[in-house]
Amino acid sequence: MSGLRLGLRTEPIKSLLRLERFPHIWCPGCGIGTVVKCYIEAVLDSGIPIEKHVVVSGIGCTSRAPGYIKLDGFHVIHGRAIPFAVGLKTVRQDLEVTVIAGDGDILAIGGNHFLHAARRNDDINVIIVNNFIYGMTGGQYGPTTTPGSITTTSPYGFIEGAFNIPYLAAVLGANFVARWTPLHTKELTAAIMEMFKVDGFAVIEVVSPCLIYGEMNNLPPLEIMKAFRDRTVIDHEADLSKIDIDLRDPRKPIVLGNFVRRSRPSYQTLARELIKKARGGG
Amino acid sequence: MSERISLLAAERAEEWLLKPGVYFMQGNIAAAEAALIAGCRFFAGYPITPSNEIAEHMARRLPQVGGYFIQFEDEIASINAIIGAAYGGVKSMTATSGPGFSLMQEAIGLAAMIEAPIVIIDVQRAGPSTGIPTLVGQGDIMQAKWGSHGDYEIVAYLPNSVQEMFDLTIEAFNTAWEYRVPVVVLSDQTVGHMIEKLRVPPLEEIRIVERRKPEVPPEEYLPFDSRYLVPPMAVAGEGYRFHVTALTHDDRGYPSTRHEVSEKLVTRLVRKIRENEKVIGRYESIMVDDADLVVVAYGITSRSALKAVREARREGLKVGLFRPITAWPFPYWGLREAVDRGASILVVEINMGQMVHVVREYYANITEIHSMPWAPGEVPRPHVILRKIKEVYPR
Repeated sequence: MSGLRLGLRTEPIKSLLRLERFPHIWCPGCGIGTVVKCYIEAVLDSGIPIEKHVVVSGIGCTSRAPGYIKLDGFHVIHGRAIPFAVGLKTVRQDLEVTVIAGDGDILAIGGNHFLHAARRNDDINVIIVNNFIYGMTGGQYGPTTTPGSITTTSPYGFIEGAFNIPYLAAVLGANFVARWTPLHTKELTAAIMEMFKVDGFAVIEVVSPCLIYGEMNNLPPLEIMKAFRDRTVIDHEADLSKIDIDLRDPRKPIVLGNFVRRSRPSYQTLARELIKKARGGG
Repeated sequence: MSERISLLAAERAEEWLLKPGVYFMQGNIAAAEAALIAGCRFFAGYPITPSNEIAEHMARRLPQVGGYFIQFEDEIASINAIIGAAYGGVKSMTATSGPGFSLMQEAIGLAAMIEAPIVIIDVQRAGPSTGIPTLVGQGDIMQAKWGSHGDYEIVAYLPNSVQEMFDLTIEAFNTAWEYRVPVVVLSDQTVGHMIEKLRVPPLEEIRIVERRKPEVPPEEYLPFDSRYLVPPMAVAGEGYRFHVTALTHDDRGYPSTRHEVSEKLVTRLVRKIRENEKVIGRYESIMVDDADLVVVAYGITSRSALKAVREARREGLKVGLFRPITAWPFPYWGLREAVDRGASILVVEINMGQMVHVVREYYANITEIHSMPWAPGEVPRPHVILRKIKEVYPR
């Protein structure tokens, strides 16, 4: 894609890390660190001044990301990263505001905000690291847990349904919807850069392993990584209603891609026009 | 996005502000106009009676001054959005009533913890729970102070007139930005809905507090610098690249589980208000100097109480009115002289007894303190208060 200058970068990734805070809290083999690296690469290559990038998160393993990224970063309360980001972006449209948070934060406690930010088409970027579980609190089931899974709060098996994130985001009206894994770093970085250019609500689901609690889903750590290599299929034109993920079914593919590109004007763009209208200037 | 605008359309804002003069205006609308004059350029809210006129008025007026209005999906989103906007450097507010105020409590703790200056207008209605949305109550006094978990301080004002809805809303913004603290305008259904005279002074006579910006280069900037009671505030996009977390944090804004860090932070969050309580706290005393009984009443109740006090005086009873204008910090020092002189106290409020607990905290062992609890739904009439005054008047 245009603007992608991988390899020509002069600023090292380390320049955007708060190295004084290392070692980080993430477990060895966790996918979140890779997502942070891809985000930083995208920021450095975005062409947008670094000080104009802002990263916002809620609570959970993924939400610790802003704490290690040397940008203006806001680690707010559980589930509320999106409304915080919307408020900030609305009054400061010069900023490129990205939410990085987990499946539980964005889709369970923060589900209502996700729904309405997509409907309003707020001009923010949302990276959802989906590891199918509540990791930080100890392996409880979440809104994307595969039905049937054993978790610390579903000891007899998970009997609820799971969100299919790209399908959900597309139906809600998001302008950009993608799904990648931490094994697809080039594609993920490119998708994040594309997000920055979208005027409107942009969502990337990153299907990511939780090695500590993955085993409870009957998938040992190495099997998850192997599944990301062997079972992923890139299909940008996929029927989103059929791309739900079942990590436990070895025959079911994990479909990846940049699925949705729309150009519905963002709320913030329309709100600027409203100011002219309210002042009688058309 | 390709078109990047640097900031709000601030130009020509002033010509759209309410002109100085005398108006006949509703309390809620006066508060909205005051917010615009104070510099508020973002409102986020969710419909709830009896605060709706504030949101409706802001929806019409904010775009005219180059600001933004969003009706969010709930009160939780609304308050988190204004906290985000505050960290964009833009004065922001929300308005709500009891049930919505309850929903906002967690984020009030967030704003206190990350020292985000925000203003919340709570037009109190009859509770508990859904209660009576259209009728008056004063049941949020304690919640305003203690509603979120953990230890922190907020500031809350108690307007009793349309004029004070205007004046105290401006003051609420000033206090929020002076101390980096959430500030509540604790109004009530009657003050919010009543229509009476409002005098708007010339703009140059109105004191407006702006953000205190950092004066050090980014590499030296500490967002929660404990050498200050109130650290200078950088906002997003200025190049400071600072980190903010709702976790207990050190001067750099980094999370910490160390006891010393917790003690330093929590103590400062509380000290910055407590050590300035006499600068922030306000009250009005009427006929208190020689009073044997001081009626303590606030908000709309104070207006009925004043009539009762005047009636008592006509009947020869030495009764005065003490009206807290801030609920928090509670202006306890304003009662000191009367109590030392031996005056008794009667607290009248539209709840089952909330502020009376605070009065007792300071004066319980020094003088007699009476309470007139009044179930939410109506303002106690002057003759009812007068009856109570006679009942408890010291003999």
